[in-house]
Parts: sequence; C-alpha cells; structure tokens
Amino acid sequence: MRFDKKDILDIRSLSAEEIALILDTAQGMKEISQRPVKKVPTLRGKTIVFFFQEPSTRTKLSFELAAKRLSADTVSISKSTSSIVKGETLIDTAKNLEAMTPDVIVMRHASSGGAFQVARRVGASVINAGDGTHAHPSQALLDMLSIREAKGRLAGLNISIIGDISHSRVARSDITGLTRMGASVSVCAPETMIPKGIERLGCTVHTKMEDCVQGADVIMMLRIQKERMGNLLFPSEREYAGLYGLNQNRLALAKKDVVVMHPGPLNRGVEISSDVADSDHSMILDQVTNGVAVRMALFYLVAGASRHADTD
Amino acid sequence: MQILIKKANVLDPGNLEGVKDILIKDGKFEQILDPDSGRDLPGAKVVDAKGLVAVPGLIDVHVHLREPGQEYKETIESGLKAAARGGFTAVCAMPNTTPVNDNGTVTTFIITQAKKAGFAKVYPAGAVSAGSKGENLAEIHDMKQAGIKAVTDDGMPVSNAQLMRRALEYCKGLDLPVFVHAEDKCLADGGSMNEGPRATELGIKGIPNASESVMVFRDIALAELTGARVHFCHMSTAESIEAIRQAKANGIPVTCETAPHYFSLTDEDMPPYDTHFKMNPPLRSEKDRLAIIEGLKDGTIDMIATDHAPHNADEKDVEFDRAAFGIIGLETALPVSLKLVRDGHLTLAQLVEKMAKAPARLMGINNDIRVGNTADLTLIDPDLAHTIDPDTFYSKSRNCPFAGWQVSGAAVMTVVDGRLVFSQNDTNQDEIKG
Repeated sequence: MRFDKKDILDIRSLSAEEIALILDTAQGMKEISQRPVKKVPTLRGKTIVFFFQEPSTRTKLSFELAAKRLSADTVSISKSTSSIVKGETLIDTAKNLEAMTPDVIVMRHASSGGAFQVARRVGASVINAGDGTHAHPSQALLDMLSIREAKGRLAGLNISIIGDISHSRVARSDITGLTRMGASVSVCAPETMIPKGIERLGCTVHTKMEDCVQGADVIMMLRIQKERMGNLLFPSEREYAGLYGLNQNRLALAKKDVVVMHPGPLNRGVEISSDVADSDHSMILDQVTNGVAVRMALFYLVAGASRHADTD
Repeated sequence: MQILIKKANVLDPGNLEGVKDILIKDGKFEQILDPDSGRDLPGAKVVDAKGLVAVPGLIDVHVHLREPGQEYKETIESGLKAAARGGFTAVCAMPNTTPVNDNGTVTTFIITQAKKAGFAKVYPAGAVSAGSKGENLAEIHDMKQAGIKAVTDDGMPVSNAQLMRRALEYCKGLDLPVFVHAEDKCLADGGSMNEGPRATELGIKGIPNASESVMVFRDIALAELTGARVHFCHMSTAESIEAIRQAKANGIPVTCETAPHYFSLTDEDMPPYDTHFKMNPPLRSEKDRLAIIEGLKDGTIDMIATDHAPHNADEKDVEFDRAAFGIIGLETALPVSLKLVRDGHLTLAQLVEKMAKAPARLMGINNDIRVGNTADLTLIDPDLAHTIDPDTFYSKSRNCPFAGWQVSGAAVMTVVDGRLVFSQNDTNQDEIKG
C-alpha cells in the first residue's frame, strides 16, 4: 500500500488501512532502537523542523530521537526563541519556515487547528504534535501500537478512558482511532469534564468509574491538571482521587489481563495510585518506547521513499 | 433631481400594493399613479421597473461602521456604499467605535460623515454606559439631542442588572429603545463557537445556548419591571425565541432581530477552522436554525438585521480561537433572505415587513411609499441570479461565509432622499454615487 498523505494532522483523516500501515511500519522500526548503533540512513539529507509553541518535554524528545535515528537533520524553534514573542503571526512564521525548505515541520500549538492552518499554506509535510484540545495523532498511534502489542489486536477490545476528556486532545485522538480500528471505547469523568456531543466520536459515556472499567481490556488514565480547579471542573484532588482515581479495587473490576496506560506525566496518588502505576498491568513505559517507533514510521511515510516513490 | 419609476410592482405592506408609476421630485414622493396615467416629465430620469418590486427603503438596524477609529476595517463611506448596493437606505450604526459613541460629539461626527458620504442614512445608536464599560450611564440625552435613535453597549453585554434597570428607566423617559446584546460572559467563558458535537470534534471551546437565553430571560423581566422598550439583537437560539414568544404573549414591550446567517447556516456548515464562520453569537444547531425560521414565520422575530461586522484579513487569518468575531452582511442580506421567500417560509410582503417596515418603526421613522413622504426606496429584482463574490463588495472587508453561494434576487436600485445612490444597469454594471 502506498501512503500518500502529505500531513498527519489528526486521526480522523486517516483510514483504518492507513492506521494499520503506520502501526506495521512502526513495528518494523522498533528493531532499529535495539541495535548498538541506533541509526539508519533513510532520511539522510532531509530537514525536519520542530516548531513547538507550547512546552513539551517527552513528545519533543521522542520526535527528535525518531528523526535522528533516521539520520534527518533537525532544528528546533520554541515559543521563547521564535518571532511569535515579537508579535509575528502563526502564518507568517510558517511561511518563513517554509522559505527555508524543510521537508517536515513537527508542530505543537496552543490553538486547536493550528497545524491544520499551517499545513494548508506550506509545501512541507506537517505532523501535528498536539494542537489545543483538538488532536494528538502520534500519541494515539503509539497507544494503538502498544495495545496491539499487548493484546494482539485492536478490534473487539473494551477500552476505558478516564479523566478530563474536555481538555484532552489525546482522548479525542484515541477515541477516534480506536473506534475506527474496531475497539469499543467508553469514557468516564465527572460531567464537568465531558464535552457536549463526545458520543459523535464513537464512544459511550459514564460518570461512575466502576461502570466504565467493568470488564475492560485496557484502562487509559489521563492526567488531571491542578490548574483546572480554577475552571470549576472539580473541587479538590482529594475528592477527584476518591471518585476517579485508579486503584487496586477498581482495577479488580476489569478483566484479569487488563493493561493500564497513561500518556504521562503521572500524578501519583491522584488519577493513579503508585501500586497500580508500577504493577505488572502497567504499560506506561512501553508507550514511551513505542512513541519513538511510531514517530520514526510517520517521518518515513511522509518524507521517505514511499510517498515520493514515483518522483525518485 | 426627478425620477420616474414606471410600472413598478409596489409592495409596501399595510400601505400600498399594486403596479404603479412613481414620480420622485425634490427628495419626496411627488406622485404615485396608475401606470401610464401621467405624462412623462421632461428632464426626469425614467426607470423601466416592469417586473421589479418597489419597496420602502430597507433599513438595517444592526451595523458596525467602524468609524471613528477603525477605518482600516470600514469607513462610514465604504460601509454606506455597501449598504446602498445591498438595497439599504439607512443603517443603525453601533456605538463600539474608538472612541465609543457615548457622547453628543461623537454622534455628531458620525452623522456629519454620513451626510458627506450620502450613499445611505445613518441612525446612530449611542452607548448605554460611559465607554460601554458597564459602570455608569452615558450622557444619553446629550446623544439624543445629537441624533441617536437607540442605545446599546453592543459587542458587550450590560452584565450589571441594576445598570440595565436604570438604563431602561432613563431611556423610557427619552422614548429610546434599548438594544440588548444578550450574553452571559461567564457562561460563554471565552468560547469561540457553538457548544456541541462539532465544537467537541474540532477541539474548540463551546458557547452554550444558555449564555444567550439567560440574559434574554433577565431583560424580559426588566422590560416588564420598567415598561421600557427592549430590543434583543442577533437572536440565535431556540430558547431565546421561545422566551420572547411568551413575553410578547404576555404583553411585554419587546422586539427582536435575527441575522441571515442564523437562519441560513449551522455550526455543522463551518469548514474546519474557517474564521469567516466565526461570529458572536455563534452559528448554532439545526434545531436552533429551524426555531429561528419558525420565529420569523409566526412574527416572534420582528426583523432581520445583518450585524455587519467588518474585520481586516489580519484579524481573521489567525488561529480560530484568536480570530475576531463577526462577519459582514450588508451586501448579502437581501439575496440570502430572499431564499426564505423562495423556500416558502415567508411571503415577499413579510420579508419587506422584516427588512423595511419593522426596522423603521424601531427607529421611530416612517418610510411609507406615500405622496409627500421622504423618497427612500429600494427596487428589487427577485429573480436576478448571481454568485456571491466578496471581491466585488464595496465594503472594505471580506469576512463573509456566503462566498460562492448561488443566489437569486438582489437590489437593482436604491433611492435615498430622492437621489439615485445605487443602480445596476442593463449590463450588470453598478453605478453608485453619494
């Protein structure tokens, strides 16, 4: 199968076949990171720009490692070093980046649609590394890869996502991707954190955690952000942890071989107890490992031989 | 200047209907006769209006002309050209200029600029509160002396209920309507589009219907308390319409307007992150759109206004949540609204009522096509097929969600104070002069 998407902006625009191709490609990439010399020449001579307008540590690191292991040249600009602090608009910054002829722009942006608006105006491939509360496709893809590794499939699984769905681009991308691949997704949070009409993405909604995790194959916990208390979403971490924290009792309601995931960083003792986070059920670190592989696959597919096969 | 409009199909609901010759002289309707019963006057400009509909000059009670202060978006001159082209003989100019129209000096400036431009009339609205800051009453009497026809803090709600009460009481004595921008800012919470599945899908913060309707409920209560004239601007939700329907049934003195986009578009129609579909209140759901049409049909919604809100491309070509709210409407309102007639929701007479007669009553003027009355008149070709192309607009701005729409019907001639300010000739060339 030929992959001919210029950009990776969200999961919604990827077909089930394209998602499967990305996951298969990522599976193949994993081996490179196990070698003593973790580098292949695949993207030699390609330029990848990291344009992160919002703080990020692990996502950026993961993308950077992925690019370097494929031998691409990488440069970074962040909000504090970009002209955005001087009042330059997003579109102008993007046009200036474009003028330096990068092959791929990896961008994270505070506004939903930021990557979409840039992608329409530049010839380079744009990979969305998170835009506002809209999408985080590489995270969803690494989640899908991790689940597929653990369970051997995605179709037919029961997957519970618990936490602030309203403000989560990860949740939106995961719901869209997992349901597209045939899994059943249910989300759970106090109603203050359930955005109106989320069912359209294909999930069911619970407000009681016990109902949501019952019989789950996978439980995915989202980080609770303390600063959201100011938005009147929940009264205190203590009360939230009591109602929606994942502990051994709630874990016991899921299937015996349930796996536990978290996009990080963890709030131990809030949305997840330490004994669960560190248990054999936890796949949190596998997610991180798979993140590099998925991002290598994305670079390869948008900038490598496959997409440009007939122009080479 | 003398204009003889021959064989026009006059449609002035409640006043005059039928095929007539209309002679306009010295700014007034001089004679209105049965066809061919009068002599052709030497020197008069003769207009063959066969097959065209002559209606009282359309009035748009909700327009942002941006001058003074934001002339890069629109000037009074460019806005009035757009009005004339759209068939409007008068507009009510919102006071959120820089400086705010909260005193007689700014009011006088606006009226002077409008007279100089001459393409259409301006009825200014003054601010409710000084600087539209929502703290103290503006000098409303001073502005009334200078010529305002209404007061409003439009763009911002009057959040303080006590200030609203006092404004209503004060304006009642001055016989000025108070225009309500109904929005609870706490509930809107910095959102950028309608709350619902589409906003959730796009990850855009939503604005719930209740952010509008709670303020409609509040100000209906204050209208009842004070007996003052309350006019609700740009109604967008089913709940607001139902509240106003009940208020009217209870005899409370309220009126309201909606805008063409609220009965033509929903949040589902917005292409991803297209800021030309971002306005406040936002495009709502299909249920709301149908409730708006129902409100227009049963008379709950008195009039159609555009909320013409010009913005420069620099304010729109940015991230969706950072883009300015608002779209322009003067040059598309009539064709887009005529679709209501084409689709069988309104009769043409009802549309004229909502775009000319009810707005005139709200502004406290009489625009009847009647001998001796000021000659403000719009000639409509209801079947003129065309494609909406913002690049042809007289407005300085291009923020329009209707680009590319195939529509039928347009104003082909606009007469203001007996002067031909806009006409489209046989070769579809515009002629416009102030």
